[in-house]
Amino acid sequence: MSTDLSDVGAPAAVRIAPALASGERGAVRPRRRRVPHWLGVAPLLLFAAVVFGVPTVAMVFGAFTTPATAPDGVQATGANMSASLQGAYLTALIGSVKLSAVTALIATGCALPIAHTVVTSRFRLVREAVLTASGVLANFGGVALAFAFVATLGNAGVVTGRFDLTEHGWSLYSFTGLSVVYLYFLIPLMVLILTPSLEGLRKQWREAARNNGANAFRYWVHVALPILTPALLGGFVLLFGSAFAAYATAAAMVGSSVPLVTMQIADALSGNVLVDQGNVALALSLDMVVVAGLVTAVHLPLQRRSARWLD
Amino acid sequence: MARLAMAVTALRGRIRWSRGVVLLIAGTYFLLPMVCSVVFSIDVPGQGVTFDAYTGILGADGFLDSLTLTLELAAATVVSVLLLLVPALITVRLTAPRLRWVIEVVCSLPLVVPAIALVAGIGTVLRWGPDHLADTPLYDTFIAIQDPDFPVVLVLAYTLMALPLAYRTLDGGLAAIDLKVLVEAARACGANWPRAVLQVVLPNLRGALLNTAFLTLALVLGEYTVAAILGYRPFAVWIVGIGGSQAEMSVAVSVIGLLVTWVLLLALATAGRPRSARTKTTAETS
Repeated sequence: MSTDLSDVGAPAAVRIAPALASGERGAVRPRRRRVPHWLGVAPLLLFAAVVFGVPTVAMVFGAFTTPATAPDGVQATGANMSASLQGAYLTALIGSVKLSAVTALIATGCALPIAHTVVTSRFRLVREAVLTASGVLANFGGVALAFAFVATLGNAGVVTGRFDLTEHGWSLYSFTGLSVVYLYFLIPLMVLILTPSLEGLRKQWREAARNNGANAFRYWVHVALPILTPALLGGFVLLFGSAFAAYATAAAMVGSSVPLVTMQIADALSGNVLVDQGNVALALSLDMVVVAGLVTAVHLPLQRRSARWLD
Repeated sequence: MARLAMAVTALRGRIRWSRGVVLLIAGTYFLLPMVCSVVFSIDVPGQGVTFDAYTGILGADGFLDSLTLTLELAAATVVSVLLLLVPALITVRLTAPRLRWVIEVVCSLPLVVPAIALVAGIGTVLRWGPDHLADTPLYDTFIAIQDPDFPVVLVLAYTLMALPLAYRTLDGGLAAIDLKVLVEAARACGANWPRAVLQVVLPNLRGALLNTAFLTLALVLGEYTVAAILGYRPFAVWIVGIGGSQAEMSVAVSVIGLLVTWVLLLALATAGRPRSARTKTTAETS
């Protein structure tokens, strides 16, 4: 019945009526029934189950068992986990969390004015240049970035040499140094994340606020920032995740004295420091997952609550 | 009233001025390391200005192999990300809104499991191959995905790692168009499903698709963690390998890598531009 109606192009109200009567929530349903809902979604879910699920299960399993090379074979144990939360491993975990939180916060604060400048710019060239640059730089993380900064601010770096920074106590291989390096890819990443949301801010909202007597400051505090909060939070969590997971940059900057959990995992995996630490590496990985999971869990409900404005 | 107008003008002026400062500071911070990299790679202490670091790259051991491998991996990853995500997101928006949170959670999972943790897990799974599966057909699969000439396992890992950003970009793009109306209009005009998606939805998503491709491409070009720990030698791993002995050349390669990425992305951005510009003008004139 409803299918026939929609086929002859009946007015929307007529088509919606039977759907509503039968308790359908969506508007025009009948034609779409032919495509199974799960067909488009299934490949993604299957892929995630295999490529994400299997290694994760292996990681959790390994974190709580002894390695196959142990004298008694594979046994359940809590030793890996407790080892991963002690001594140098714990210091590294805390160092990673601190570095990620600080850099993500600074990057969020720096990216907002840049993204705003880009979105409201009168010159399309500025806009395109900054966005393309952000696209490149946000992914410039890792090895190339480390080398660029070693060449700039490292012990033999150009800027270091020109301004005698070493004598002023500068070291690229410190917490501050690593933060400066991380910001180089975190800020562009945040610009990329924020631009669509800033574009979603309607001109009418600003005009309405101005008509009601709000100046730019009040517009930002009472209208724009609350609307942007989910994007900012989501962005912050992404940045935290990027910084927390970063390994290549620190690994390529050999000599870094900042303890990072990713470095510890790599060392343990390769048996650089102690032999047979593979399962401790898995336990450390699990620690990382828990930390990243907690941060993500904090922002999800917040984001869902207010995401409707820009949707 | 005149006072108010003046205040507004003053405010305007200040805002314009402040945006200049923002761009200047940002520009300095972001350009400085690149300039210094170039200086570092051509101004060798004791030798003066020399371009040896650049001329030596092509002949450097393993350069072409690692570059080819990286580009192949990048292409495969971009294709698989788009093939997995686009149908899922369109389906969710059109017919299965209740599944939306499932997709969002699935695509956010890699954020919760950092690359190094993922590779720790993958390494464990790959070791099962010889240990437990030697007599089963799965063993051949394990061998095949670890083929050093084209390690599929890296494509799988990269696709997974690209999902969070790709999801956000594509979802943002889908949110910006009225998907339901577009599809209904196309269907009302007699288009079947594949046609409605290919000729109506995808062209409107062009910007988001290209952005997703950029992000994925760049991710693969710079990826080091997974490849290094699994023992493959794409571009990033190769650079670190030479970094110890030939600092100038590793910086030179980084500079070139950055330039190539930049040119590539600019080319892609230009390819995506004419259409959006046209749409904008029509929207303004109508």
